[in-house]
Amino acid sequence: MSIYINASSRVLVQGMTGREGRKHTQRMIMSGTRIVGGVTPGKSGESVLFEEDPVPVFGSVTEAVDATHADVSVVFVPPKFAKAAVLEAVEAGIGLCVVITEGIPVRDAVEFHAAARDSGTRIIGPNCPGLISPGKSNVGIIPAHISGPGRIGLVSKSGTLTYQMMYELRDHGFSTAVGIGGDPVIGTRHIDVLQAFEEDPDTDLIVMIGEIGGDAEERAAAYIADHITKPVIGYVAGFTAPAGKTMGHAGAIITGSAGTAQAKKKALEAAGVMVGETPSLTAALAREAIAELRHARA
Amino acid sequence: MDLLEYQARDLFEQFGVPVLPGRIATTPAEARAAYDDLGVDLVVIKAQVRTGGRGKAGGVKLARGADAVEKTAAEILALDIKGHRVETVMLSPGADIAEEYYFSILLDRAAGGYLAMVSIEGGMDIETLAVERPEALVKVPLDPVEGITPTVAQRIVTEAGFLPDDHRAVGEVLQTLWRVFHESDATLVEVNPLVKTGSGDIIALDGKVTLDGNADFRHPEWEQYSETTGDVDLERQARELDLNYVKLDGSIGVIGNGAGLVMSSLDVVAAAGADLPGAPKPANFLDIGGGASATVMANGLRIIMSDPQVKSVFVNIFGGITACNDVANGIVHALDMLGDEARLPIVVRLDGNSVDVGKAILAEARHPLIIVKNTMDEAARAAAQLAAEGN
Repeated sequence: MSIYINASSRVLVQGMTGREGRKHTQRMIMSGTRIVGGVTPGKSGESVLFEEDPVPVFGSVTEAVDATHADVSVVFVPPKFAKAAVLEAVEAGIGLCVVITEGIPVRDAVEFHAAARDSGTRIIGPNCPGLISPGKSNVGIIPAHISGPGRIGLVSKSGTLTYQMMYELRDHGFSTAVGIGGDPVIGTRHIDVLQAFEEDPDTDLIVMIGEIGGDAEERAAAYIADHITKPVIGYVAGFTAPAGKTMGHAGAIITGSAGTAQAKKKALEAAGVMVGETPSLTAALAREAIAELRHARA
Repeated sequence: MDLLEYQARDLFEQFGVPVLPGRIATTPAEARAAYDDLGVDLVVIKAQVRTGGRGKAGGVKLARGADAVEKTAAEILALDIKGHRVETVMLSPGADIAEEYYFSILLDRAAGGYLAMVSIEGGMDIETLAVERPEALVKVPLDPVEGITPTVAQRIVTEAGFLPDDHRAVGEVLQTLWRVFHESDATLVEVNPLVKTGSGDIIALDGKVTLDGNADFRHPEWEQYSETTGDVDLERQARELDLNYVKLDGSIGVIGNGAGLVMSSLDVVAAAGADLPGAPKPANFLDIGGGASATVMANGLRIIMSDPQVKSVFVNIFGGITACNDVANGIVHALDMLGDEARLPIVVRLDGNSVDVGKAILAEARHPLIIVKNTMDEAARAAAQLAAEGN
């Protein structure tokens, strides 16, 4: 098992004919993802060759879903056209829409999130690296070679910190690693992913990476205290970040007294989460927790 | 992107939100001319800075008569408020305030939507009000497309407890402020205070507007705001080079790929320096993103090395999509391009995609300034140590 995606996920790539879309479609196919089609308005009937295998291009998500029974879409279209692309996926009834695009205006994101909530489409992102269930499916831009399958679930706002943590724990491997994105408004939050990992029989331990800005980590801490029985190991980035400066992610900003790394760490620890000071120390905590789980079972 | 008060005032006026006249000045002489132009007896002169607490700092004063205006403007223009030098003041007629209210529309991150907040007890610091009298602050979630319709406006003014006689006038202002918020791609529009004058008019007396930088492609008119940021010089130079750079107050330059990893690098290097002599701290945040070319690396190194506080550089790369051989080539080429400008030791940690090739390239270059370490922690310690020694 895994969460959100598995070996039978049928994936559409919105923006497959663009440079980024094409490059990452190639990578997704190489890592075993079932790519069933691409969507580019006006290019219906064309196809794109990947290692000599043609992947059909459709003019709309609805047309693509009718032809391929796709249940997942991944969005690579530029910010200007991203809202229309996501709304199309929502209207076509796609169950999971993963929005990789960076730089989407908040107003557009708020609109498509509202539409997705009404129709039951899960959105991951925007401005995220996507998610991977190693060996089964890889939707987005997470490099498939960092780590193989295993029983750790990982959730993070940040792409490269996801990679760093997967690398640190590659000897154990992952059920699913989800990059939820660093924008102020995102579709799938820490809490949603925590809940999915709690319910996933193939996830034994959860690693949660947070960063400054907002109060998602504090909310996650409260949720963990009440609902999560599996061990959770945490890491928070941004202890040295000053207030009022955006640190790369649009959402990573300390405003007034809210959103500091210290407050997030405290909240997580109060909920029983062990929080590592650095990525390597966090990985060490995860290893200890895994050893304890094994010991308890033996 | 935060607007200054006068920019918010101008924006409100364009949309038809009732505001007082305002004139800006950057010198005492301009203030005198602005005063004459306004043609009123009493004016309020306000420092235009992107920080709160300007009243307490002496940045808001009343003045009557041209000489007094010139003198007061000179005093305010000489101020530094919490590190923000006052470069501009705004002059407005004194208002005849009968009531003060609070109103804002903002992005509610947790709910993923917009929220209108209103209180008939305005004038007070809103954070204090929210803590001390939460029942006096009414919060209404807004539909992201519909926003504040006449019906929603009616609901807001009723819930907030405005007098029935004021419902219509206040409701109209709220609807217009929604248009400002929505059509300007704002993430915050705050009016504090929204006032009722002695003659019963509703006026937005002070406004705060934050615009969403991601939406700049559909707002060519934002060009006018670009010169008036509070950036330090290095940040301005970095932005011109398209670098995601934030200046901090330390001696270890930091370069990495990905915002999260760079934030983490700052923490790790600060922790590594904590027990060393002088406790060296990170000098900056610099995210070179994916696909770090030699040019991007050279620009980044140049910005960092032109910061006189910097004593060592920590380059922390996890190659996901980015290949480490490209990064290594970038570093070597960057040092070639910089020549004598490259003056500081560079501690490099590479992992991930094509790491072996990357390390081989760095080893082969045998550059005296490049020091390669195998892990993020080791590299952070080495960079901190070099900074502590003043290299």
